[in-house]
Amino acid sequence: MKKTLFDKVWDAHIVDSIENGPQILYIDKHLIHEVTSPQAFAALEDRGIPVLRPNQIVATADHNTPTINQHLPIQDKQSKKQLEQLTTNCTKNGITLYELGHKYNGIVHVMAPELGITLPGMTIVCGDSHTSTHGAFGTIAFGIGTSQVAQVFASQCLLLTKPKSLRITVNGKLKKGVLPKDVILYIISKIGTNAGTGYFCEYAGDVFENMSMEGRMTVCNMSIEMGARGGMIAPDQTTFNYIQGKEFAPKGDAFEEKVAYWKTLPTDEGAQFDKEYHFDAQDIEPMVTYGTNPGMGIKISETIPANDNASFKKSLEYMGFEQGESLIDKSINYVFIGSCTNSRIEDFRIAADYIKGKQKAKNVTAWLVPGSKLVESQIIEEGLKAIFDDAGFQLRQPGCSACLAMNDDKIPQGEYCVSTSNRNFEGRQGQGARTILASPLVAAATAIAGKIVDITKDVEQLEFV
Amino acid sequence: MEKFITLTSTAIPLAIENIDTDQIIPARFLKATDRKGFGNNLFKDWRYNKDETINTDFALNNSDYSGSILVAGDNFGCGSSREHAAWALVDYGFKVIVSSFFADIFKGNALNNGLLPVQASKEFLSILIRTIENNPETQLVVNLETQTISIHNSEISEGFEIDFYKKTCLINGYDDIDFLLSKKETIEAFEAQKQY
Repeated sequence: MKKTLFDKVWDAHIVDSIENGPQILYIDKHLIHEVTSPQAFAALEDRGIPVLRPNQIVATADHNTPTINQHLPIQDKQSKKQLEQLTTNCTKNGITLYELGHKYNGIVHVMAPELGITLPGMTIVCGDSHTSTHGAFGTIAFGIGTSQVAQVFASQCLLLTKPKSLRITVNGKLKKGVLPKDVILYIISKIGTNAGTGYFCEYAGDVFENMSMEGRMTVCNMSIEMGARGGMIAPDQTTFNYIQGKEFAPKGDAFEEKVAYWKTLPTDEGAQFDKEYHFDAQDIEPMVTYGTNPGMGIKISETIPANDNASFKKSLEYMGFEQGESLIDKSINYVFIGSCTNSRIEDFRIAADYIKGKQKAKNVTAWLVPGSKLVESQIIEEGLKAIFDDAGFQLRQPGCSACLAMNDDKIPQGEYCVSTSNRNFEGRQGQGARTILASPLVAAATAIAGKIVDITKDVEQLEFV
Repeated sequence: MEKFITLTSTAIPLAIENIDTDQIIPARFLKATDRKGFGNNLFKDWRYNKDETINTDFALNNSDYSGSILVAGDNFGCGSSREHAAWALVDYGFKVIVSSFFADIFKGNALNNGLLPVQASKEFLSILIRTIENNPETQLVVNLETQTISIHNSEISEGFEIDFYKKTCLINGYDDIDFLLSKKETIEAFEAQKQY
């Protein structure tokens, strides 16, 4: 029987199958953070159940951490308590923790791949819906709720019904200035925010084959925004090259042995998917969103479509936009480059390449938030910080930051923010804040112009895009 | 976990599509380290105006409506995996959410907290919303054993799907941890022989 990449990884992890019910799936790595783990630790403690495999868990502090003055005590009492609770829980249970200030600290979905914790063929879960990011390595990775976090603590397993399979193929050559973020925003704008619900997605075609690991992570990250629990890309030489030499990746013969196994994982020729979509790379252009879900996206040169649906109208009213309107020349006061979607070194290289020698518009507050301490160091070592400083951008310290505005990095009421994050929900970046999702390149260009500009007109001279 | 078998209650209609978990419980309320009290902040930014006064236009603040069933628009619970959304709905007093479509993670979280997600057809959902809006005293009957949702004292009824295992858990008040712990030997045997 011909198998998909997903089938191969899933089947290798089935511990048992319940008649007329779910399967027991073994979990290789469990990533945890401060927000969705405390109640799971408490649930176990209440019932006197130990953590079964603490050495398969890695913790980081990211959602609720400040992005300035991380060396100082945290001001917000509740945040401080939540972070202390994480430290206590990890210490008590013998779990590795990269706490605030640690050289490996960072957003969970940036930190694990860059340390070689994420490997092809694994099952990875985390109490965070953007766990789908790790699928870029050919990994079954998905977000879980806190009750499931407790289940994995207790048993290193989850009870799951196998999802259906979906394949999205994009072939052709991307136009200059079209980034992985544009590809995924384009796909979601075409198929909608629930087209993937109940499915696990595989991204196929030469667009993804030619993409860097950073780009693949950006794409897989947003799988959940079309409802899919996860998205995967077949591991290939790009994947192996990225992993080789990473801190916790297998080394020497062990690495070669793994590579031989990973090479068996790609979908068999002729394997069947429950649903398929095909897109042409040439149809994709730099994207922006205009509404309050990630499916409400348009090409930057297009106008907002007309729609009579009440929820659509409510969304435009929140955003302060009209049907038929173009977003070009809209004045923007906030720009955020960061989040588990776009805070890797490649994202900052692209931004710096555009920004170099230019000045940020006076009306704009521009926050650059690296995904991890390692990315932060790279930004400094590669001289990108100097470019950002000269242009008037603010390079902050790692964390989830204004993607979900749990910390102080909030966009004020009514203000627009062109953001490289993943969700434009009402109030996501602060109460009353209006989010426009875009690529790091569109975000950088917005910060320079102080308004949304048609980036397709000046990308020719750029090196990285 | 509390058992769920049947429920007869009035319902609150919330005819908005794509209600994401950031609306159900905004991120700024996720700093708590226990499960209690999230109901106070359920739909916070829709229930309250910017100046903290009550938004009287919002269905949950409309005194005509009451009950432990929420009838909501398509694709309910999309977005973040935060189980706090399910905790907030339960803490507020909801026992059943009816929608024409649920996001995967939310659905799982709801079931793990004894909150029953009832997926109705789009047509049936519109009938429910219209009927409740016309008469807020309308009682709905949700029967998990027969997997049906009906308008009380009427012929209007529809069946709904639920995973057999999850149904058993809800009816008996079991949770997945109990089950997984009972499989410890099988799990350890798997670990000893895994091939990858």
